[in-house]
Amino acid sequence: MAMIDEPLYPIAVLIDELKNEDIQLRLNSIRKLSTIARALGEERTRKELIPFLSENNDDDDEVLLAMAEELGVFIPYVGGVEYANVLLPPLETLCIVEETCVRDKAVESLCRVGAQMREQDLVEFFIPMLKRLAAGEWFTARVSSCGLFHIAYPSAPEALKTELRTIYSQLCQDDMPMVRRSAATNLGKFAATIEAPHLKVDIMPMFNDLTQDDQDSVRLLAVEGCAALGKLLEPQDCAAHILPVIVSFSQDKSWRVRYMVANQLYELCEAVGPEPTRSDLVPAYVRLLRDNEAEVRIAAAGKVTKFCRILNSELAIQNILPCVKELSTDSSQHVRSALASVIMGMAPILGKDATIEQLLPIFLSLLKDEFPDVRLNIISKLDQVNQVIGIDLLSQSLLPAIVELAEDRHWRVRLAIIEYIPLLASQLGVGFFDDKLGALCMQWLKDKVYSIRDAAANNVKRLAEEFGPEWALQHIVPQVLDMINNPHYLYRMTILQAISLLAPVMGAEITCSNLLPVVINASKDRVPNIKFNVAKVLQSLIPIVDQSVVEKSIRPCLVELSEDPDVDVRFFATQALQSSDQLTMMSS
Amino acid sequence: MNNGGVDAAVAPVGGPQPLEWKFSQVFGERTAGEEIQEVDIISAIEFNRTGDHLATGDRGGRVVLFERTDTRDHVGHRRDLEKMDYPMNRHPVFRYKTEFQSHEPEFDYLKSLEIEEKINKIRWCQSANGALSLLSTNDKTIKFWKVQEKKVKKVCSMNVDSTKAMGNSPIVGSSMSTSSRQYIANGGCTSNDFSFPTGGFPSLHLPVVTSHETNLMARCRRIFGHAHDYHINSISNNSDGETFISADDLRINLWNLETNSQSFNIIDVKPANMEDLTEVITSAEFHPTHCNMLAYSSSKGLVRLIDMRQSALCDRHSKLFVEQEAPGSRSFFTDIIASISDIKFAKDGRHMLSRDYLTLKLWDMNMDSGPVKTFQVHEYLRPKLCDLYENDSIFDKFECCLSGDGLRVATGSYSNLFRVFGCSEGSKEATTLEASKTPMRRQSLTSSRPLRSLGSSLGVVRRVKGADTSAPDANGNTFDFATKLLHLAWHPTENSLACAASNSLYMYYA
Repeated sequence: MAMIDEPLYPIAVLIDELKNEDIQLRLNSIRKLSTIARALGEERTRKELIPFLSENNDDDDEVLLAMAEELGVFIPYVGGVEYANVLLPPLETLCIVEETCVRDKAVESLCRVGAQMREQDLVEFFIPMLKRLAAGEWFTARVSSCGLFHIAYPSAPEALKTELRTIYSQLCQDDMPMVRRSAATNLGKFAATIEAPHLKVDIMPMFNDLTQDDQDSVRLLAVEGCAALGKLLEPQDCAAHILPVIVSFSQDKSWRVRYMVANQLYELCEAVGPEPTRSDLVPAYVRLLRDNEAEVRIAAAGKVTKFCRILNSELAIQNILPCVKELSTDSSQHVRSALASVIMGMAPILGKDATIEQLLPIFLSLLKDEFPDVRLNIISKLDQVNQVIGIDLLSQSLLPAIVELAEDRHWRVRLAIIEYIPLLASQLGVGFFDDKLGALCMQWLKDKVYSIRDAAANNVKRLAEEFGPEWALQHIVPQVLDMINNPHYLYRMTILQAISLLAPVMGAEITCSNLLPVVINASKDRVPNIKFNVAKVLQSLIPIVDQSVVEKSIRPCLVELSEDPDVDVRFFATQALQSSDQLTMMSS
Repeated sequence: MNNGGVDAAVAPVGGPQPLEWKFSQVFGERTAGEEIQEVDIISAIEFNRTGDHLATGDRGGRVVLFERTDTRDHVGHRRDLEKMDYPMNRHPVFRYKTEFQSHEPEFDYLKSLEIEEKINKIRWCQSANGALSLLSTNDKTIKFWKVQEKKVKKVCSMNVDSTKAMGNSPIVGSSMSTSSRQYIANGGCTSNDFSFPTGGFPSLHLPVVTSHETNLMARCRRIFGHAHDYHINSISNNSDGETFISADDLRINLWNLETNSQSFNIIDVKPANMEDLTEVITSAEFHPTHCNMLAYSSSKGLVRLIDMRQSALCDRHSKLFVEQEAPGSRSFFTDIIASISDIKFAKDGRHMLSRDYLTLKLWDMNMDSGPVKTFQVHEYLRPKLCDLYENDSIFDKFECCLSGDGLRVATGSYSNLFRVFGCSEGSKEATTLEASKTPMRRQSLTSSRPLRSLGSSLGVVRRVKGADTSAPDANGNTFDFATKLLHLAWHPTENSLACAASNSLYMYYA
């Protein structure tokens, strides 16, 4: 047992704890691996610490994960890039463990290390390691190897390149679906490093194998490969090799694969380009929109706008619009809901005439949907329609929809519509709002659910911001203040909350003349909760109003409250007085 | 596998000969007069894919693993065999490997429900990096286990003399403890206070691990819980290696092995009104190679084949396997005995085996009009269904299994008997065996002489469950309804059977 100098003591403990019984202490030490390395120096880090870590491959998964992460940024501690290869052995063992997240992290770190390694070191150390992993006895090693090819390949000499391509092709045909999945996932990355001639000769056959795999889980990963490979190929090659695959995927037996196509559709269209999209992918997309499986229709419906943007309006009207019409009455509410959230975006693409003629009826029917989410989704995107057709055409149907949502028995639905009221107000204009929605906004202040009342108070403030203080003084303030006489103290509290939110928007003058008297009056309330909320509101009003008003009305009221029999009222009144004192001191 | 090849070559072309079963091993054999502990009763048996490992689960929530010792890679053993020049007689031999507590008894406070620790099913997963992986389940919770050799660490040569440090100040000895945290909080001794010399500090050294013994460790990697309102009756891995299903009485959920936070309910047979309930799910299994196919059996005696490609919710079956009942044969017990207790796919993926109370049925996946073969397991019980109903035995859930080559099937019965049937064309093989050291004894006796009560002959002390659990039948045979052989498994590559008779595991080979 060596004697350790006092300043080295914590590092000594840190090192000892690499082998502590307690996993938390081991984790702690691993997280500070860079400190340990610096204390040992570069040479001993290479010769002692790294082999030590390589041995430590049966630790708990959390420790291994931390180790995999630390090693990814360890190059400076082993002596720089020329020694980077010493990091490969410990990471190699971590690439074989059972736990997926450890392996993924080890692969990520290997990529990071490999990207900095010198070319000759890659050939001498990295590629042999990659080959060992790819030929590993356990599938875990082979799974990990797939994610390393794109690092190794560019540096390899010609003969080795050929070998690497062959190895990858074997991985694409591995017995284990896990390995084939990893090969499918990483194919795009690998392909991006491969020279154009080999791309067609070597990579495309691998890709074709994967697209015809028996395992659904492999095929659906190949869908992403379509987009990645499509971007690498020449347009005519892409049309010849990738397009047929996409079309056949869109008719795959498995709904999960079709779902994937629907989900990735935009990326796939981008990969093949606009012309083939119009000619070949429109029919494929139409099939997906009419798929038997609701999950596929949901994914497809969500892409309607993005897809139409690639097409011209004529094609969209001719092919897509009929499907949209069908989807608007789909049996699955989730499909309708997905459609409702994007359908508004179609208006600018279709143009005014088609929108009014064809899209408007669909909006209207969705706006009357029995499922609140559908209606909400339509309302939330109202600004987009407004740009094309103006709100007048919609307003007739809009109001009943809003009113119904406003009174929905699920408070979350009511909450959602309140959130959209300022947007609606700005779109519909003052006139419409005064007639129809003003009463609703007041009604929410008296909702049974706190969250709704809270949102309603906030909504009142946002409306005042939207339409200005003068409008608010006429249309909101009187009604709000009226409710301070509500017999239920919870509702009176909501009004206090609304006042404190409104005051900054309304400005000093209106606050003093209209709002403050109401608050002062409320300080005589018989419920202590109201009284201490009065104290809080007064505190918030102090910075807004004039100093003279503070002295004349607010402070006397607070002083009175600070002598209240209730302890909470006294507390908040005193707090408000103190903050008022501070403000005075600062201003003087 | 070598052995299997030899067998196949020896077997005559016109259909294999009935196998001669021999006793191989027994684990946990009862001694005469020994009382069986409830917790020791085996409730699940499963070979892994290669047949190199066997797992059993018991009512006490334990999982016991056995490993094969006679395989080629055991070099020493092989040399021994060569010396003995006696290779033909080789058969799978297992030895105890390890055991661990998989499930503990629990109490669901919300539902005021006790959750037993009993292991209902075990399924092996793909092993990796030298570790064995398996899923085990009780009524409610599925657990994903990893069993791995772990180095036993004996750390010596520490930087800080722990005894001395402890002497100086009892709280030192950990970077988390207050005294040393001061250094780190102060800031770092690491960067500010002093700089590291380029060569490092020579006085520091890494801990040295000495002892290199290894120890088997079972570690629970994931717990899949809170997804079943009813009791889980089966779990089954998908051929994709990443998903599995769990089935309870009314629902089947799909999980990913990597994710325990969510599962997808793919089948739900729960009626809107529970009074309309007419059937429950009794067993479910994935197809061995087609990732999209799964079969589940029901208490109505039918097996539904599901194609998961069709739709996300698999409420509609793509094929229905049910035997039309003979007209006029209905009785009170018809529905009860039709209930299927277990289904298994054959390795070829084309055939499927189902077990109901009295029969074993082999189905061809391409023929849903009826089973290709029906085997009577214990037809002599038919006149006694009333008694069996009285003592609840009629609800016993017998498992079934197929041989790796698909030529034979096996299932259990009462009095610790089990039966093996040949299912190839023209085979008349129908063997009755007893889970004891002399399995074939019963075979010679069944036809002619009446039997004494097996229970008493073995000196079994039965738990008293009604005085008439063993009643003589018309031939004077006694059947002991308490000693039932519910669980058995066929080795995936060889003719070897593992059977659970109460708390004992018997292994046979042919």
